[in-house]
Amino acid sequence: MSQSVQLVVIGAGPGGYAAAFGASDMGMDVALIDKEPNPGGVCTWRGCIPSKAFLHAAKVISEAKHASAFGIEYNTPKIDVNKLRDWKKSVVNKLTGGLGQLTKARKIKYVQGEATFVNSNTISVKKADGGSEQLTFQKAIIATGSRPSVIPNLPRSKHIWDSTDALEMEAVPQTLLVVGGGYIGMELGTVYYELGSKVSVVEMMPGLLPGADKDLSDVLYKRVKGMFTKIMLETKVVKMEETPKGITVTFAGKDGKEFKEEYSKVLVSVGRKPNSENLGLEKTKVRVNARGFIEVNDQRRSADENIYAIGDVAGDPMLAHKASHEGHLAIEAIAGKKVAWEPQAIPAVVFTDPEIAWCGLTELDAQKQGKEVHVVKFPWGASGRALTLDRQDGLTKLIIDPKTERILGVGIVGVGAGEMISEGVLAVEMGSVAKDLKLTIHPHPTLSETIMETAESFFGQSTHIYKPKK
Amino acid sequence: MELKLPALGENITQGTVTKVLVKSGDSISKGQSILELETDKAVLEVPSPEAGVVSAVLVKAGDVVKVGSPVFRLGGTAAAAPATPKKESPKAAPAAAPVQAAVPAPAAPATPAHMPVRANVSAAPSVRLFAREIGIDIGQVPGSGTGGRISVEDVKKYAKALNTSRPAGGGGGIAPQPLPDFSKWGTVRREAMNNVRRKTAEHLSYAWATIPHVTQFEKADITELDKVRRRFSDDKRKLSITPFIIKVIAAGLKKFPQFNTSVDMATNEIIYKDYVNVGVAVDTDRGLIVPVLKNVDKMSIMQISDELVAIAERARGRKTTIEEMSGGCFTISNLGGIGGTFFTPIINSPETAILGVSRGVVEHVHTEGHFAARLMLPLSLSYDHRVIDGADGARFIRFVAEALHQPFVLDLQK
Repeated sequence: MSQSVQLVVIGAGPGGYAAAFGASDMGMDVALIDKEPNPGGVCTWRGCIPSKAFLHAAKVISEAKHASAFGIEYNTPKIDVNKLRDWKKSVVNKLTGGLGQLTKARKIKYVQGEATFVNSNTISVKKADGGSEQLTFQKAIIATGSRPSVIPNLPRSKHIWDSTDALEMEAVPQTLLVVGGGYIGMELGTVYYELGSKVSVVEMMPGLLPGADKDLSDVLYKRVKGMFTKIMLETKVVKMEETPKGITVTFAGKDGKEFKEEYSKVLVSVGRKPNSENLGLEKTKVRVNARGFIEVNDQRRSADENIYAIGDVAGDPMLAHKASHEGHLAIEAIAGKKVAWEPQAIPAVVFTDPEIAWCGLTELDAQKQGKEVHVVKFPWGASGRALTLDRQDGLTKLIIDPKTERILGVGIVGVGAGEMISEGVLAVEMGSVAKDLKLTIHPHPTLSETIMETAESFFGQSTHIYKPKK
Repeated sequence: MELKLPALGENITQGTVTKVLVKSGDSISKGQSILELETDKAVLEVPSPEAGVVSAVLVKAGDVVKVGSPVFRLGGTAAAAPATPKKESPKAAPAAAPVQAAVPAPAAPATPAHMPVRANVSAAPSVRLFAREIGIDIGQVPGSGTGGRISVEDVKKYAKALNTSRPAGGGGGIAPQPLPDFSKWGTVRREAMNNVRRKTAEHLSYAWATIPHVTQFEKADITELDKVRRRFSDDKRKLSITPFIIKVIAAGLKKFPQFNTSVDMATNEIIYKDYVNVGVAVDTDRGLIVPVLKNVDKMSIMQISDELVAIAERARGRKTTIEEMSGGCFTISNLGGIGGTFFTPIINSPETAILGVSRGVVEHVHTEGHFAARLMLPLSLSYDHRVIDGADGARFIRFVAEALHQPFVLDLQK
């Protein structure tokens, strides 16, 4: 017996559930398939949300420590890891449970299990409760997301973690090596540092956070240099061996010299891989590229007319907010609306301390494209608000088209950068020019003022920066 | 590979497909007619720019196709995903097909007439969506805002300009008055203007609104000319009065060069032409069209007569090409076959004069001291008062009348 629906969404992450909810609200008959008992995806179950819960705890510890600088002394905090883990779980359960209720309220058919395509109109679901079910559909959206990449030839060991293990937080290790200086490694490294681990980072590239402009990542680098035990750049991991106490790691430095170091735990965070295997895509006309991403057109439709793909499985950047927007786009395309994927700016935020956020064109992009840009920067040393927070380690910069004075990109590093970047996204999307930002009154005293002041300095004058006249 | 609609002539940006001449699977040669396309003034057969096997037909009769947009897919090579809007029936899909080797097929194209994504356009997301919804490529819209930012108004303005090929020319910039509800007084029906009608309406509104017209009337004594005409007519070739008039106009345009001009108001210049091409208005079942006879000053009256018969036939058979309708210097509209005396023809812009010819009538004319029965031909000359003064208008029409009165003068001027 097979049931028939108008739309089946495979994967209930931020992309999948946004698509399923939206389609249902449009009046479509929708089925949503996911391995978990409730929607949420990696983001809610073992990604954005739990990591941010831990980062909040880390921030409280860090700020309490920092308060001694202005005369407020706290005792060393007593950390109850079990309670902290339970609190994180409660956050996750509240969110995923709420999404489950929203699914029920919309009368979406939710099936817990794993779906594979039988053909371009049918999927078979291996249900979590043991049974199996066939569903025929008119349209399908694949939103199966991604999973942590693994380094080949690593020993199997409970001391080698991926991001999922790190978020389980079975214990706070004495020493932790983070392999990969990307955003996941830096965020989780920060959490474990504040909870008491001695953290080291190893990265193959010459800087942390590859993809971010160096002047932004430098600000973070300066701060974590004082926190982390060791930051090894341009260094490769050659070998890992399990020992009774943890893992012995062999590194090769830039000069080729090898050295060994022992850690209680090793967190491997070297990127993520799209989940496009084991879906039966070979039974459809869907095409997958060399990196495992499903090929889609500008409406997120795959080479198979009935099948769309969104989120991490459909290509970079692998970000929840990109996935949910693609979800909305795909269902509108399915509904026959004239829509296309054409954002001018997708914000990226690294929730370290300080946070790094950027959107639109970066300086790196401009260099690669050979595009002439005018970059203006405003160091937070000149921000009153940053001073009152005793956090002047920040920078706001605008990347401006010298001809039209249009804002092409915005980059921010500093506390609260993740919240501030939205103004930058709006500026880029609206085609704002530097004068628009300069003439928009920002509240005082806030960090957001730095965006306005950066725009002011584009015109050669900024209230809080004095440039001697030539 | 995609076969795109080739450029078809100046000012032709799009056309309506009236007939698709090949089908999927046909092998076609370069230059072979693949489509019949109705453009603003003519039905054209579109030659194929390439040779190959048609793997997909992307247009159908009734579609409006722009120059440069895909019309066919040629191939036989990679199994490109079909771009036809027709949905394949799910059963036709190879449901139980064996696992296929990875044939390089691109991700399915977006919906037909889908606008391209423009990565770096200065316009708010809502404006970009609006343009997409109304089928405008935002990349083509000029932005009026700071830094070239495009507003909703810019998109609307651009769309309007696209709809009327002469922006704001149609009504001379005058907003149309709302129409009353005609059905209050009886039943009515609405019919879409065909391309010829629409273009005629736009073109003549523009001409009327931008050219200060003066119409000068005159009667030409064609008693002798009519005799000549009859003498040279036989069963095979019926000479009409028109070739004679064309020949006279050709001489007139040489004698009065200001009648062979166009006006460029943007540069305040008058463009004088050294060639003599005369358009002849032809009444067809689809409306008025004006084929042009080229270099009539170098043709004999007999050649002109033969050519006239040929172009009229091509026009009525919808075979007139855009080329044949371009390049006119002066237009003749002969309504003599129907009747009436004078009328006030509208100048075929960017020309500066037009001659209306009505039916010749036998009148009593006082000449050389007595009344005589003469065949008199009513002439109506409209001219552009910006470049032609009233006295010159009168001189020109007198020249035409004299030349028709005494046909041998023409020969003398050869």
